[in-house]
Amino acid sequence: MNDKSSQSVTNRMTYREACKQAIREALIADPRTFLMGEDVGLYGGCYAVSKGLLEEFGPKRIRDTPLAEAAFVGAGIGAAMGGLRPIVEIMTCNFSLLALDQIMNNAATIPHMSGGQFAVPLVIRMATGGGRQLAAQHSHSLEGWFAHIPGLKVLAPGTIEDARYMLKPALADPNPVLIFEHIVLYNAEGELDPDVTGVDIAKAKIRRFGRDVSILTYGNSLQKSIAAAAALAPAGIEAEVVDLRVLRPLDTATIFDSVARTRRCIIVDEGWKSGSISAEIAARLSEDLFFELDAPIRRICSREVPIPYAAHMEEAALPRTAEIVEDARNLVKPR
Amino acid sequence: MSDKPHLGREHGQHLYREMLRIRRFEAKCAELYQAQKIRGFLHLYDGEEAVAVGTMQALEGRDAVVATYRDHGQALARGLPMGALMAEMFGKVEGCSRGRGGSMHFFDRARRFFGGNAIVGGGLPLAIGVAMADKQLRPGAVTACFFGEGAVGEGAFHESMNLAELWDLPVLFVCENNLYAMGVPLEIAEAETDIFRKAAAYRTPAEKVDGMNPIAVEAAARKAVESIRAGNGPYFLECRTYRYRAHSMFDPQLYRTRKEIELWKERDPIPRMQKWLVENHMVSADELHKIDAAVETEIARAVAFAEEGGWEAVEALECFVLMDEVPE
Repeated sequence: MNDKSSQSVTNRMTYREACKQAIREALIADPRTFLMGEDVGLYGGCYAVSKGLLEEFGPKRIRDTPLAEAAFVGAGIGAAMGGLRPIVEIMTCNFSLLALDQIMNNAATIPHMSGGQFAVPLVIRMATGGGRQLAAQHSHSLEGWFAHIPGLKVLAPGTIEDARYMLKPALADPNPVLIFEHIVLYNAEGELDPDVTGVDIAKAKIRRFGRDVSILTYGNSLQKSIAAAAALAPAGIEAEVVDLRVLRPLDTATIFDSVARTRRCIIVDEGWKSGSISAEIAARLSEDLFFELDAPIRRICSREVPIPYAAHMEEAALPRTAEIVEDARNLVKPR
Repeated sequence: MSDKPHLGREHGQHLYREMLRIRRFEAKCAELYQAQKIRGFLHLYDGEEAVAVGTMQALEGRDAVVATYRDHGQALARGLPMGALMAEMFGKVEGCSRGRGGSMHFFDRARRFFGGNAIVGGGLPLAIGVAMADKQLRPGAVTACFFGEGAVGEGAFHESMNLAELWDLPVLFVCENNLYAMGVPLEIAEAETDIFRKAAAYRTPAEKVDGMNPIAVEAAARKAVESIRAGNGPYFLECRTYRYRAHSMFDPQLYRTRKEIELWKERDPIPRMQKWLVENHMVSADELHKIDAAVETEIARAVAFAEEGGWEAVEALECFVLMDEVPE
């Protein structure tokens, strides 16, 4: 350990720093773990998550790769099958499409297809989402797509606490776990509760309790939903904010419990509405909770366009706090 | 088969027996497919036996194998029990993948057989990772990665070749060049039809090998594996071979002539090996008969094992979608 790794005593940190501390902790804990991906080493990570780790752990454990998503993701799968515990970083989920074959046809199928002889204990991290004027090819939200695939676990840390503590149980999991880190959140700052030392990656988490309406959401939309709930409170509308945080397998128990209490629900999802994770949740609520609902399920999703560059158009394309507030008002106090 | 004269009697017979096992097994599979005992896609290895058999002679138990969807020969030569393979194709729970994989997806953890992969080129990145793990956890182990010449059109092939050399990984690339990617002839698919030359772009040592000659394949594989074990990084073999049967059971073979198939059959490794063993007094008529009988018995037992096997409980359908632990 060198001087650069010494840490400040404060628990206040950015989401980026939380991601880094999680990786650093994992590398110290297990010699089988290494980080591999584009620009994770010399550059320090496209979003600076791994800055300084190359100096601390060396090039075998912080492994820069060529621009070859299929090969280095597939190599992560093979390395996991061979006994290592890799963390593969795909720079952004937009590039994960170049490795989709490996993720879907190998990581997600081999445990089952081999009759349980091989597990794929692999973590793949990737940045997701829009909101930084990066235009269509760098603003996709593909976590809902991956949540379609049996054999994968899909996590979406929407808080600094989850960014800090989700990696450890993800690495301990015998299955391939995909972690989607939202690009807008990397700079978010917050205080880590010193009493919390881990999180349960099987469970959704209620971030704010309320009796009138459940807002089901994840990722950066969580922050918008929390802001919306705060804006609704003075008007006497108490919104409950449920952070889904695990998109596969869905924690339907927590979701159903919340909606059964509030009897109204809004799903906020940065993915496109058609075929999205919000569609899946709405369908499950219709199947299993139909008679508990006092109002139709509402969904706020990205508009069905490639996310555009110009700020005003991008803002209009993504879920907005004002929309959540308006929807909640209409649901709770119908005309 | 005159290029390697120092071949012992026992080993010569072993090579012959191993190839014959595959040939007869495939004939039985075709028969059972007609009888609808085996369903789905079935890709047979007839004609290519010398490649798998020759390569496996150079491998040890500690080594790993990544196979293709045409994996029967690779699996048998690696030592997977024939009964477990047949049971797999019958869809039985005693199958080597508990009936979840079928013909294209034989797996065997104990024998480090990392699966038949049915996405062309899909096994190559996997082999890179297995070799990364071995380099750290089992120094000296080699990963043999099989793929057809069709796979070299895929980006995954080039990406994997680059990583293997760049990271100095113990990978033996074994290209089974049977001249057709399904029905696409090599010459209309590749600008460079000498596949082994592609390895030069990645600075990986490479050779072309007569894939119809098990002794030549074995010699090349031994040399390659020795180099890999010595820490010299990956090695590439292009084995020129031919499949006698259709690509799968649904292929009318409009893309090639009967004459071409007959010409390649003149180079069939099995009768040639037999002839060579006889001429060099390395096998007696009685021994040939015994080999033949033993192979027939093994196949009959494999079929009986598959017939007698049970079905996986439907309640277990979702078992292994998510694993509870990493198998050790």
